[in-house]
Amino acid sequence: MSANTAVAEKYRNNFLKEIEEQVEMGDWVKMCMQCGVCSGSCPTNFQSAWEHPPQELFMMIRAGKREEVLTSSSMWNCTSCYNCIVRCPRKLPITHIMHGIAEYAHRLGMAPKMQPTRFFSGLFWKNCTHTGRVNELKLSMGLYFKDGFVQGIKNGMAMQSVALGLVKAKRLNVMELFGGHKCKDQKGVHAMLKKAYEIERGRKTAKIAG
Amino acid sequence: MTEHVATNETILVVGGGISGMTAALEAAETGKNVVLVEKNPALGGRTSQLYRYFPKLCHPICGLEINQRRLKGNPRIRLLTLAEVTGIEGGTGNYTATIKVRPRYVNENCTACGDCSRAVETMVDDPFNYNLGQHKAAFLPNAMAYPQRYVLDPAIIGTADADRAKAACKYGAIDLDMREETIQVKAGAVVWATGWQPYDAAKIQPYGYGRFKNVITSVEFERLADIHGPTGGKILRPGDGKEAKNIAFIQCAGSRDENHLRHCSRICCMASLKQTHYVREKYPEGGKSTIYYIDIRAIDRFEDFYQKVQADPSVSFIKSKVAKITEDEHGNPVCHGVDTEGYKRYTTPHDLVVLAVGMEPSVKGINIPGHIVADSSGFIEADPANGAVFGAGCASNALDVNRAVQSATAAALRAIQVVNKVAKAEA
Repeated sequence: MSANTAVAEKYRNNFLKEIEEQVEMGDWVKMCMQCGVCSGSCPTNFQSAWEHPPQELFMMIRAGKREEVLTSSSMWNCTSCYNCIVRCPRKLPITHIMHGIAEYAHRLGMAPKMQPTRFFSGLFWKNCTHTGRVNELKLSMGLYFKDGFVQGIKNGMAMQSVALGLVKAKRLNVMELFGGHKCKDQKGVHAMLKKAYEIERGRKTAKIAG
Repeated sequence: MTEHVATNETILVVGGGISGMTAALEAAETGKNVVLVEKNPALGGRTSQLYRYFPKLCHPICGLEINQRRLKGNPRIRLLTLAEVTGIEGGTGNYTATIKVRPRYVNENCTACGDCSRAVETMVDDPFNYNLGQHKAAFLPNAMAYPQRYVLDPAIIGTADADRAKAACKYGAIDLDMREETIQVKAGAVVWATGWQPYDAAKIQPYGYGRFKNVITSVEFERLADIHGPTGGKILRPGDGKEAKNIAFIQCAGSRDENHLRHCSRICCMASLKQTHYVREKYPEGGKSTIYYIDIRAIDRFEDFYQKVQADPSVSFIKSKVAKITEDEHGNPVCHGVDTEGYKRYTTPHDLVVLAVGMEPSVKGINIPGHIVADSSGFIEADPANGAVFGAGCASNALDVNRAVQSATAAALRAIQVVNKVAKAEA
């Protein structure tokens, strides 16, 4: 390595490289030309929830703001409406990049713990992979009690009439709280997921190794 | 008009806009014989449809008038108007072009007195004004039309209106028996100067062109500002005829967009900067221009022009590609987006939105005879495989008038070299 390259290396933005290698579709980040159409097309009001709109996140990545990007709740607010993908003049798969960054932050344990989307995603995954079926009662109960017991009771009371309506219409079975229904081959599902994890791990290790 | 002698030493120029006129004149003035083919009834192309051009803000009348005088005085150029090349056969030094010539229904006797126009009642769309207005079915294509001769719209042929026009003409200039002709022309080299067309703004769905009347294109805005345009030079919006004082210019409408045109059309930033001058000229009090942009590309040496516009307090710049346009209850177009300098959302109503539409080469999608090599945007490339067919002006690249003239002169020189070789071989 020549002296010049060594100096250049010192100033090289490693975070962009990290995103390119580790995040699904991350290699698209460098293609953004900062026109702002993605943010303007986003139906979520990012002034409150979306702290950083997509093109700002891309600029932050390029500026090497690792901590700020990965601990941000912004990409967790993406609703996958695909407006940005449709309108992006550079055809960046913005929705997928948002989910990619979110997943990477989660993998590193840097994602905000109680961010509702992240919390719900975790809850949903555990719920459906455990029995091979989604237990809707347990899922919604889990979400109600996200912010503690008192808040959970309050949420339950607020939704009482909806719940009763669902029970009357036979769309909700209170007995689901005890065990709940399962798929026929529960062990098969677990084995399948185990294999999938193995493959994914292998791929990621290979990627890191280059 | 359509009688001519063309040989292998003739240069065929397709398109009579600023590029085609230049190529034809440059070649003819070195002593070459030229056939100049124009599909419209008058020369000048899109340049003649501008109100002013940058950077000096002169009227196109000036530059075109000089070329028209050169043309008038040069016997080596045969001009075919209302003519289109439908096929070219042969190779370098030996091409035969098939040309379809539509009838004008008016012969050389015409003095452009306008009596026919006054006699005719039927109104038809006026393509010179991008169909923003209508004109009589017997018309002079534009105020400075060359040839300065009237045209009858084919729609009135066979009706009482055509007979009225014929009866009104004191010079026997109206010939209702003219028919479409197909002729063959020989040529040693071909200059393809068919220019450009504005990108179809209706394809940019979120901007609502076609749905909202007060969203127009930059080429239409030129006609609104021109005294010969549909509003007599007043900037009135098409929706309700109200004075449009608060005008938004949206850059990259179609250009630099993988969903529309891949290339930067180069002229649009300068065109919008130029058009802010129109707003200030027409409304010295209360005129307001807002330019929404990704980055301003004041090509080449025009940075000072940009800086002057930046210093104008009636012009503001917002670094943002507008995400979508809606319409409020007063018919005002409303721009929605995010200002990327500070990441602030905006919802801003304007009187009028002008889309700085991109340039699409007219040759795109057209089967130019002879297998022309074009780039991914459809512009003709300088490739040996094209033989002696040379692209000039906006058929070869997105160019302003200045650069189109340079490109046309270069193409003329290439064509001259080919016919010189032919002349030597035949001597």
